[in-house]
Amino acid sequence: MTRPDRSWPEVGFDDRMATVEFRVSPKAHIVVDGYACRGCTTRECVTACPASLFVAIADGGVLFNYEECFECGTCYMVCNTEGAISWSYPEGGHGVVFHRS
Amino acid sequence: MAETVPSLLAQGAAATRAAAHLPPAAHLPSVAHLPLAAHLPLAAHLPLAAHLPPAAQSADATQSATRPAAEGFDVVVVGAGPAGSAAALTLARAGVRVCLVERGPFPGAKNMYGGVLYGRVLDGLLPGWWQEAPVQRWVTRRATMVVTPTQSLTVDFRTTAWGEPPYNGATVYRSDLDAWLAAKAEAAGAVLLCSTTVTGLTRGPTGQVTGVRTDRPDGDLPARVVVACDGVNSLLAKEAGLYRHPEPEHFTLGVKEVLALPRQDIEARFGLAGREGTDIEILGCTGDVPGGGFLYTNLDTIAVGVVLQLPGLASSGRRPEELIAGLKAHPAVAPLVVGGQLKEYSAHLIPEGGWDMLPDLAADGLLVAGDAAALCLATGIWLEGVNYAIASGAAAGEAAAAALASGDTSAAGLAGYRHRLESSFVLADFKRLRRAPGLVLSERVQRRYPQIACNLVERLFTVDNPNPKPRLLAAGRAELRRSAVRARDLARDAWTALRAFG
Repeated sequence: MTRPDRSWPEVGFDDRMATVEFRVSPKAHIVVDGYACRGCTTRECVTACPASLFVAIADGGVLFNYEECFECGTCYMVCNTEGAISWSYPEGGHGVVFHRS
Repeated sequence: MAETVPSLLAQGAAATRAAAHLPPAAHLPSVAHLPLAAHLPLAAHLPLAAHLPPAAQSADATQSATRPAAEGFDVVVVGAGPAGSAAALTLARAGVRVCLVERGPFPGAKNMYGGVLYGRVLDGLLPGWWQEAPVQRWVTRRATMVVTPTQSLTVDFRTTAWGEPPYNGATVYRSDLDAWLAAKAEAAGAVLLCSTTVTGLTRGPTGQVTGVRTDRPDGDLPARVVVACDGVNSLLAKEAGLYRHPEPEHFTLGVKEVLALPRQDIEARFGLAGREGTDIEILGCTGDVPGGGFLYTNLDTIAVGVVLQLPGLASSGRRPEELIAGLKAHPAVAPLVVGGQLKEYSAHLIPEGGWDMLPDLAADGLLVAGDAAALCLATGIWLEGVNYAIASGAAAGEAAAAALASGDTSAAGLAGYRHRLESSFVLADFKRLRRAPGLVLSERVQRRYPQIACNLVERLFTVDNPNPKPRLLAAGRAELRRSAVRARDLARDAWTALRAFG
């Protein structure tokens, strides 16, 4: 007997994030200092952010988008570069809204 | 409370509660770029003063002998999760004027969890709670599974007793549970203020906490006691210096998929009937990253996810959603989840350090409860948080009410909070199980022991004729040798486990 194929099409990352409601504030609640990131080679935020909001760029810095943020805190917890991430919550009523979690 | 809540606030609260039940499709990200007004309940645009009871706007010293005239609330509770709502409910019942501030558009909007509410803690607070709590399913089947990439070994327990009053565990959606608990606090007289982010503490001349700042226009809320139930990141507890060393290894990231399946399919796959439910905890499913997995049933969805220790995740090069995909593809899990349609993806941090990471629980004018106080118990066989949040929130409410009555809201006056937790199951459990979180996340428990256990059972049940039946002890020794676990380490882990669980 061969093992049954348990795989099925995984949902793409954009479709995954499209299942989540974000009431995006015009004001960023997290600011990343791309200049500070240039000295970082480990890029923990790129690996760990569950919304994949950190993108390594060719010049050695990191690009960050705040719009689809879970506000979880993983990025500042794993970051080893002092002052690279200024983290706070979005203004009231904004940001992620979970309905069935 | 004698004050009547202004009608605007009542409308706003009703609107936010209604919004909590809209399907996610009504809020797809494409509408996120509409003007603010399209998203917010009417009342959210107004300055803070419009929401407050009349006494908050005009001094009225006759209402509370222990309260300076200019103050509107005796206590501000930050965060309308289970801890905050339990605190606000307890305070409101004690006749204390309490404001419950929530940054989400409704309570629960920012919250996700690993699946089960253990309700015994509600018996004292809300007798008969099971008749009205927004429960998805009652957990009547509780399984712990250890897996390797190709094997699984499950302890699968079920009892009909947990499907009858007074019940044991329930699966719930946090948007339902948290909104329901907050409504209980409101009904008791607490003022719920949603869509309001607390941005910091206000301090008096000697450093004592005198209230909070919010992001509303004219947004300061003075209070004699602030109860910080602001969740795992607790910016308020950190601002007050209550955490000495918030270490990343004490936190895990929980990521979860909620998958829709027809109700009858869920019941067939998990062997359930009516409102019966299953909760499965899984060890060994997260590869190189210390953590674990979970799978539980709602009425017409299932939830599957992993928890991942932060430094391990960060150095692994593995993405969180990849690790969920790996769990879903495991031969023991795939048949249970196959075909489920993703309804909501979510992520949240969990404070898993236990006793060793607990912060100071009080400062002058400040208490901290729930996840904000790291009161989440992750010990392998017991994975609980909502019950500790409710218990600690209620204890904070009682202690704050007692401190207000005695006129001493300094850290010394609020020390009754810690005493209450110490004399209850909350700190008793955390103290006794202080070594369990480290043990559960250790490399041996994460990878070696699951492999040894699965291999041993595979040996026992592989009928290897014409060889004679294996002897259990000899087979165990052979598996230990194969795994390269030293006898000394095994003995030490067994001793640690015995001290914690024995």
